[in-house]
Amino acid sequence: MTTTRRLILKSAALAVALAVSIATGTSIAYAENEELKIGFVGVTSGPAAAWGISNVRSMQTRAEWLNEKGGVKIGDKTYNIEIVTFDDQKDPKRAIAGMEKMAQEGIHYVVGPNVDDGAAAVRPVAEQNGIMYFPYAFPKELYSAPASNAILGMVANYQSGPAIYKYLMDNKGVKTVAFVSANESDPLSQRDGGVQAAKALGLEVVSSSITYQVDTTDFTPVITPVVQLKPDLLVLSGVAPANAPQLIRSARELGFQGIISTETAQDATVLKEGAGELANGFISVGGASTPEIATDTMKEFVDRYTKMFGEYNDESNTKVYALEYILETLKANPAAIDDVKAFQTTMDTFEASNPYMKGDAKLKYVGMTSFGQKRQVSVPLVVNVYKDGKFETLFVASVD
Amino acid sequence: MEQIIANGLYLGAQYALIALGLTLIFALMNVLNFAHGQMYVLGGFVTYTIYAQLGMPFVAGLLASAVTLAVVGAIVEKFLFRPVIKRSLREESTMLLAAGIAFFLDAVILLAFGEKQRGVPKIIHGVLNWDFRIIMPYDRILIGALAIAVIATFILYMQYSKTGRAMRALAQDRVAAQLMGVDVNRYSMIGFALGAMLAGIVGGLLVTITGVNLGMGGPTSIKAFMMVMIGGAGVISGAIVGGFILGMMESIGLTVLSQYGDITYLVIFVTLMVFLSFRPQGLMGKPWG
Repeated sequence: MTTTRRLILKSAALAVALAVSIATGTSIAYAENEELKIGFVGVTSGPAAAWGISNVRSMQTRAEWLNEKGGVKIGDKTYNIEIVTFDDQKDPKRAIAGMEKMAQEGIHYVVGPNVDDGAAAVRPVAEQNGIMYFPYAFPKELYSAPASNAILGMVANYQSGPAIYKYLMDNKGVKTVAFVSANESDPLSQRDGGVQAAKALGLEVVSSSITYQVDTTDFTPVITPVVQLKPDLLVLSGVAPANAPQLIRSARELGFQGIISTETAQDATVLKEGAGELANGFISVGGASTPEIATDTMKEFVDRYTKMFGEYNDESNTKVYALEYILETLKANPAAIDDVKAFQTTMDTFEASNPYMKGDAKLKYVGMTSFGQKRQVSVPLVVNVYKDGKFETLFVASVD
Repeated sequence: MEQIIANGLYLGAQYALIALGLTLIFALMNVLNFAHGQMYVLGGFVTYTIYAQLGMPFVAGLLASAVTLAVVGAIVEKFLFRPVIKRSLREESTMLLAAGIAFFLDAVILLAFGEKQRGVPKIIHGVLNWDFRIIMPYDRILIGALAIAVIATFILYMQYSKTGRAMRALAQDRVAAQLMGVDVNRYSMIGFALGAMLAGIVGGLLVTITGVNLGMGGPTSIKAFMMVMIGGAGVISGAIVGGFILGMMESIGLTVLSQYGDITYLVIFVTLMVFLSFRPQGLMGKPWG
């Protein structure tokens, strides 16, 4: 009886292992190279899961693609890329635990965390354990000396905001602006940065005090007082992709006629489903996926991502870059594979061609103006406008 | 002012419907169903799949949400809560079980429907604009009216049907109801299924307005608990009153207090604490349970 039960259990375990193996594609055979582990510490569960999941999936898609092609040659060795992930649940304490896990596994390059407090919390662990990390958080002190190991993985709002406001002032005659943000550290700091930038450009800020709970589902009562002020421009500071369509829809249904914008990346499908044609004209910041600027490599990345996960996430247009920067910098200086000081030295002069964007765009580290040292990846500042289910490029700029 | 009242009534109708299912389950089984919000989210995703993905009529999506959640509720009661209640007299056992189910449903929803915010095509277009005093899209008016209709149907069902009477007897005194011949197990399962079904229906209704995403479950449960505490735990009419009070407070606060920042919920929580210190059983609850 016991033997039979054990046999059944063994068979079931084998069946499950086989099913998991098939489902996750782990049965694919790659070249027998040494493994290079790259970490991810960020949020992949709960309300903000979309931010981290788009990171992880971008990394996994690119890693599998590279492994399929035989691995990545760094110096005289070829490596298969393994992505090690840790869900910090948007909790700084867990983010620290995640970074400690990365240190224990001997990982020196980590993408994430996704939010301000998590990125600030992991700094001591990263600096003590020789880990370079790529947060998607904007506080300048993370990237300015004496901080040394954080590299901003995207364009910050205080870099994109002024460019967008200036464009709208010059081209759309915008004179007044109102800011609405979630009552959370990231959106609030983005709102404050936006207000400062708008005032510096000479815009009249008619409202900046209206905030909403991060778990709000019905935005009509929130947005009503702002709409009554009739600003030319309504900025949704740091708006999460989940909230953007609802805010746009509420504002438009209440009769708002002005322009709506944000400085965060959004997803066209989410906007289409949540706000439909009411989202037409919504301005946001994106990566390099619009047809005008996307290379064939970018298109193949989107195809592969879609095949692997069923649906592409437009946030990955920006998030595709972090892993690319890590690998290309290591290629430029193989000694950096376990020596982040060497990595930091290489960052000052590093330059490689940008595989995802047409033209002569380069991968290089920037940030001298904002941080006084090169601690930011040079992601193209692509300002998009949403129209009928797709993003169209409004203008492209760069950060120095 | 008219806009504030209109927003408050609309919010109140949807909140009351969310709280109904929670309070029903609490009344019947003395279980705080922390997974109620996740059941609401699941209902939203089912309607999304049927209506937006498969292109079937919205009513079909709503029915599918109701049936799916009723089945989920019945299974959860029969195979999870019933054995735990039978074996453990400690209330925290069912609370932990409910929390576990909430995490489980979160994980299932993430796997099945993904991490993105989802929305469905509008079920009715156009906006009512009464001289800029009340601006209300027609779909909100329709959903608000449907929510009130469901609440009314539920009250009538509980009042006049045999099943409703049995469940009310069970809620009043479980032992006495059993002695009078009420099949406790059967009606507990029906009650749980009905509570979960209400969560599914409101999820299906609101996906047309607010969309749905993975993270909505927890906050929805918290709001539902607040409404139940305001109205009185386990009292059907209390949940409805609690829902409308919370909706109105939120609407007034978000308009009147907006210039001071996001302090609406701070004020609501402080008011609730003060209120509960004077009347811990809520507006319509009984001090003895």
